[in-house]
Parts: sequence; C-alpha cells; structure tokens
Amino acid sequence: MRNFFRFIIRYHFLLLFLLLEVISFSLIFNFNHYHRSVYLSSCNKISGYLYEHYSSIIQYFQLKKINEELALENSELRNRLEKITHSLPVITRFTIDTIGNQHYRYIPARVINNSVNKHFNYLTLNKGTADGIKPDMGVISPRGLVGVVLNASNHYATVISLLNARLHISARIRESGFFGSLNWEGVNYRYAKLSGIPAHAAPSVGDAVVTSGYSAIFPEDILIGTIDQISIDPGESFYDIKVLLSVDFKQLQYVHVVEKVGVEEQRELENLIEND
Amino acid sequence: MINWLPRYLFNFVAFVLIQVLLLNNLQLSSFMNPYLYILFIITLPFSTPRWLLMIFGFITGLVIDIFMNTLGIHASATVFISFLRPFILSSFSPRDGYQTGTLPVPADYGFGWFFKYSLIMVTTHHLFLFYVEAFNREDFFSILWKSIVSTIASMIFIIIAMLFAKNKSGVN
Repeated sequence: MRNFFRFIIRYHFLLLFLLLEVISFSLIFNFNHYHRSVYLSSCNKISGYLYEHYSSIIQYFQLKKINEELALENSELRNRLEKITHSLPVITRFTIDTIGNQHYRYIPARVINNSVNKHFNYLTLNKGTADGIKPDMGVISPRGLVGVVLNASNHYATVISLLNARLHISARIRESGFFGSLNWEGVNYRYAKLSGIPAHAAPSVGDAVVTSGYSAIFPEDILIGTIDQISIDPGESFYDIKVLLSVDFKQLQYVHVVEKVGVEEQRELENLIEND
Repeated sequence: MINWLPRYLFNFVAFVLIQVLLLNNLQLSSFMNPYLYILFIITLPFSTPRWLLMIFGFITGLVIDIFMNTLGIHASATVFISFLRPFILSSFSPRDGYQTGTLPVPADYGFGWFFKYSLIMVTTHHLFLFYVEAFNREDFFSILWKSIVSTIASMIFIIIAMLFAKNKSGVN
C-alpha cells in the first residue's frame, strides 16, 4: 500500500495529465449526451447574456440591410397571400378539425452568436423554452434553411448550423423530385454536398434544392440552395452534387424557428416502426 | 504566489472575452482560426506548480469550449500544452536557469527567447487541436495547412498582445 502511494506521489504529474485528458476525450466522444446539457453550452445564462448584449451592439451597423431584407420578405408574403385569396373557393367548410388549420407555427428569433469557419458550427438564438422553443425544431431564415435546434434553456437556444459536418438534411431537387441527403463538408461556407441522387435522375445546373418534408422538422419546399456543379464517377450509381447555399451564413441576423403542430403524433407513429 | 493571482484572473477574463467576442468572429477563411487565449497558459509564472498548471489549462479550455459548443476539444489541447510546458521551458532555459520572480515574457528574457518558446507552444496546441477537431474527416494535409496558417495568425496576435503588456514584469 505504501508503495502504491509512493507511486502516486512520484508520478502525480503524469497521472493528473492522463486523468484530465481522459475527462476531455470522454467529453468529446460523449458529445451527444453532454451536449444536451444546458450548462455546458453557449445557451447557459452567462454566455447567452454576454452574446446577446454584444450582438445587440454589433447589430446597429447592419440595420439597413436587415430592413431591406424584411421589406423584401413582406412583399413576397403579400404576393403569396394575394394569390391564395383569389384561388380560394367561395364556400368555406364547416368542419371542426384543428389539425386542418395550421400545420406549422413560426417563432421569430435573433441570432446572437454565429460562426462559419469552424468544423462544427453552431448558432445561439435569443429565445428559449419560455418562448416555446424545444430541441429538434427547425430553423429557417427568409432566404432558406438555417439549421436545427440542438438545445434550449429558458431564454436561449443553441442551433446546429447547416454548416456543421454532423448535420444531414433530407433534400429534394424541386424540378425532378428526386431526393437525397445534404451535408456540409467543412471547407467552404457557401457550398454543401448533396448525395444519393441516382444516375438516372439527370439533374441540371441551376435547379433548386429544397427540403423534402419527410422529416418532422421542416415544412416542405423550404429553399436550401441551387445546384452549382454536378459530377459522377464512372461506374458510380449516384451523383456528387455541389449545392450553392441560398443563405449567406455570415450575414445571418433574424430567423424563424419552425414548430410542426401535432409533431408528437407523427413521431409516435414513426417510433412504432423503429421499435420493430 | 498570492501576489500575481488578481493580475492573472484579470488576464484570464480578458483573454477569454477577446477570444470569444472578437477573434471567433474574425472569419477570414476557413483555414485561419487564431487562438489567442493560450497566451494565458504561456505567460503563467515559472513557479506555478505543475499540477496547478494543468488544472488551469483544463479550466481555460473548458470555458472556451462552453462558449464555442465544442465540449472537450479545446480542453484536451490546453491540458496537453500545460503538460508539455515545463519540458519546453527547461529545454529553452538560459545557462544559469530562470531567475526567481521573473515571468516567461519578452520583457524578462528577450523577444527572441519568447518568440521561440511561444511558437513551440502554439504549434503544438494548434496541431493537437485541429487533428482532434477534425478526427479523420478531412485529409491529413489540409489539417496540417490549417494548423500552419492558424499558428501564424495566432503568433501575430500574441506578439501584438505582448506589445500591449506591461514592460516590467517584476514581482509586483
């Protein structure tokens, strides 16, 4: 026993080093588990507060641009509303079906922290569970898809950005309807890779890539980007497609968090399959 | 040892704030991520016990991780350089060793000495950090390139920071 203590005292330096490295690496590898903890991420009180105040100062310099974008979105929504009211049949139905009314609910939020140059990029929003934000909700901006909520505290939420090598999005080519998986490769913040489009799909440059609507996170037809480059290796049965993202993540200021109404029902049903 | 505590506490907060609010927003290219905060570990006094050095390293890395949502990645890299620091310092020591009461800063041991010492520390930290971060997802050479570019950027910021530092370290 005494030898054991002598050993520990003699090598305490090395042992402490190994211990701390083991702790660090277990934090890295248990990423998903610990990352759900509110205290060890940027949505905790202190870092959220700091980021919020800092970004509200920085934001003044971009007010003009934000206003322009808002005006643009407003007029587009007005146009869409005009179209709908004209095409609507005159007779209204008299059904008492709450699900038929609204499929998605949108919550506005401001981006208070953002990065584009890391391998795993995250955003922090200034809204949290107090405003109805929950993990696994989608985040979109007027220009297109932004990411998925990872974690929410009372007043802040962290979002896995589309520019995060860990995020895979189910995407569809709008023109042809073929769908595949979209993933960022960690190099250029303007481009992502779409894989899983079969060789007979014949996509063309400039086609829009949108969300497929198969997941319970995003509505259908949210713009992700446009096809920029198409290549296929001889003998391969799937295309390698480079997608120019429609959202400029460096300029991101205001976003909408999307909640699918009745998502529990869909998840419950889908879990039944997974359990089999 | 109590004397330098408030000063280093201030340094710690300042470095973390500069890193989190300024340098992390400096999006020059996806290959250039300067990390100034390790200057905190680089400039800790010679007399810091080795175990305390590593504890400080771990805490610094963890705080940066919490802000950047990269739990464990920065902590592992800072613990690694805190572990190596005594060995690096002893291999760079002047003939008659380090004087008591001095700090590892350019004011005490000259600019050339500090540059060599911090370059080794920063390079080690960045290589470790970027390889752990990427973990087989990118190819070897692009990470190497990223580490080199970021090391140059970090060194520039470290040198600028040291120009702002107090000229005399002294024992307070």
